[in-house]
Amino acid sequence: MTLLLGALTIGLILSLLALGIYISYRVFDIADITVDGSITLGASICAVLIVKGVHPLLATLAGFAGGLAAGTVTGILQARFKINPLLSGILVMTGLYSINLHVMGKSNVPLSSGETITTWAERAGQAWFGKADANLLGWLVSARDLVTLLAAMGVILVVCLALYWFLRTELGTAMRASGDNPQMIRALGVSVENYRIMGLALANGLVALSGALLAQYQGFADAQMGIGMVVWGLASVIIGESLIGSRSLGLAIYGTVAGSVIFRLLVAIALRWGLNPNDLKLVTALFVFAALVLPGWLQRLKKPATPAALPG
Amino acid sequence: MLTVSNLRKTFNPGTVNEVRALRGVNLDLPEGAFLVILGGNGSGKSTLLNAVAGTFRLDEGEIHLAGKNVTRWQEHKRARLIGRVFQNPFSGTAPAMSIAENLALAARRGQSRRLGWALPRSLRNELRDRVSHLKLGLEDRLGNSIGSLSGGQRQALTLLMATWLKPALLLLDEHTAALDPKSADQVIRVTEEVVTRHHLTTLMVTHSMQQAVHLGDRIVIMHKGAVAHHFEGANKQRLGVDDLLARFEDLRRRELLDEPAAALLKETYI
Repeated sequence: MTLLLGALTIGLILSLLALGIYISYRVFDIADITVDGSITLGASICAVLIVKGVHPLLATLAGFAGGLAAGTVTGILQARFKINPLLSGILVMTGLYSINLHVMGKSNVPLSSGETITTWAERAGQAWFGKADANLLGWLVSARDLVTLLAAMGVILVVCLALYWFLRTELGTAMRASGDNPQMIRALGVSVENYRIMGLALANGLVALSGALLAQYQGFADAQMGIGMVVWGLASVIIGESLIGSRSLGLAIYGTVAGSVIFRLLVAIALRWGLNPNDLKLVTALFVFAALVLPGWLQRLKKPATPAALPG
Repeated sequence: MLTVSNLRKTFNPGTVNEVRALRGVNLDLPEGAFLVILGGNGSGKSTLLNAVAGTFRLDEGEIHLAGKNVTRWQEHKRARLIGRVFQNPFSGTAPAMSIAENLALAARRGQSRRLGWALPRSLRNELRDRVSHLKLGLEDRLGNSIGSLSGGQRQALTLLMATWLKPALLLLDEHTAALDPKSADQVIRVTEEVVTRHHLTTLMVTHSMQQAVHLGDRIVIMHKGAVAHHFEGANKQRLGVDDLLARFEDLRRRELLDEPAAALLKETYI
């Protein structure tokens, strides 16, 4: 049960990462690898500030702002300097590795001493249930884990509503259109370049926010924690789309969050069944490969190739 | 309303792919004029339209529109004054978004976009009203994605979007060329209606002599990046499809004469 609560919480926290990737991958059709650096950036900024005694909420917001800045740089490389989108992401991600080490001053910052959102949850749990354990449908679970999960749900709900609202505003609608059909929206007076920069900033801001929350949940920030995160997010987005669909904006957001949680649960189960943790990234990559290729193959199996044109 | 003077543009200068697309084009359109631009492939008619829209930087020449010198304005800034419909029906609409959202984007063409709801109730009602004027039966399907519509329907909607806010200039770039004859007729009917009702200054590129004869109050025939013929007023009204074809045949024959002559010169002297 503890395992399940943990998996759900991490899945929810990483759903912010998945939402960021939804914006870059589905709205702008870019596999933005900046994410690998910006999730660490969010985590390290937040961790360092918390250790310095800054209010955890402020520290989390500072992490979010760091992601905004990273995404802005990637966007400027793409839109202003016309660098290939994939290469722009690689450049910023590589640069961020050094920046993250500078922010932290070492490769790992533990949060054992500082006040974090998780320690609040712990205290809230104590106060609420009166003891360290709580009864959840017959299972005895740690009150801290339960309250942390509820807090994560609350945060995700607020972020999802805000994102949904933003994407339905005049600004957000124009941003989506600049990914969907740049030629059309330019003819309607929108600077596609500026909106692409804004979109990538928002995407990486969400990713960094996810990193800031993750650091507080796991109790440390680490220079290596971002490796492979873009693939993780892609897997979540793809699972969400295949299970929930993307017929409307609300469903797409809901699906992405659900995809992230389901993927984390699958991983937890696989690890429990004895999957070597070292193989996790390989399995994730293979999974995304299969998800990208299989639908096309299945369709071809269903519909045999169209017969060659009749001889004339 | 629109003054175009001495436009020149060479693509890929100094390479084997060098194309002298515009070689000194001049136009002067009063407000409410409807100019039809004809010309063969590579005559520069679409390039002229793109030059006015601001798709690329000119080598030489100036463009004045609605009393402003827009020569140095970027494409998205010119959109404040210009409504456009493209040849490809897929170019003018965002396929993944709904009909209503596409129209809402057009309702703020060239204006600042803020954090207000993109589809407030007042706008929804106006959308239904104006879409029903197209008589395509789309007013009850405003929530559907545009990608599910046919090319003709999308082109009619693009036309509505381009003219939602009255543009100082409407640019139509062979906007019926990719449609089947029935849809093309429908889009032409909507075009005529919209242009007449709002008294729009219009530039239309077309391949169809029929459209050229029936629409507009002036015609320009382009050849090799310059204006070869210009008809307006009574001259335009008298013009029939046969006259236009004769002019084209003329230009073609002149070109045929040019090419063997050039080959002969090359053989003799090089």
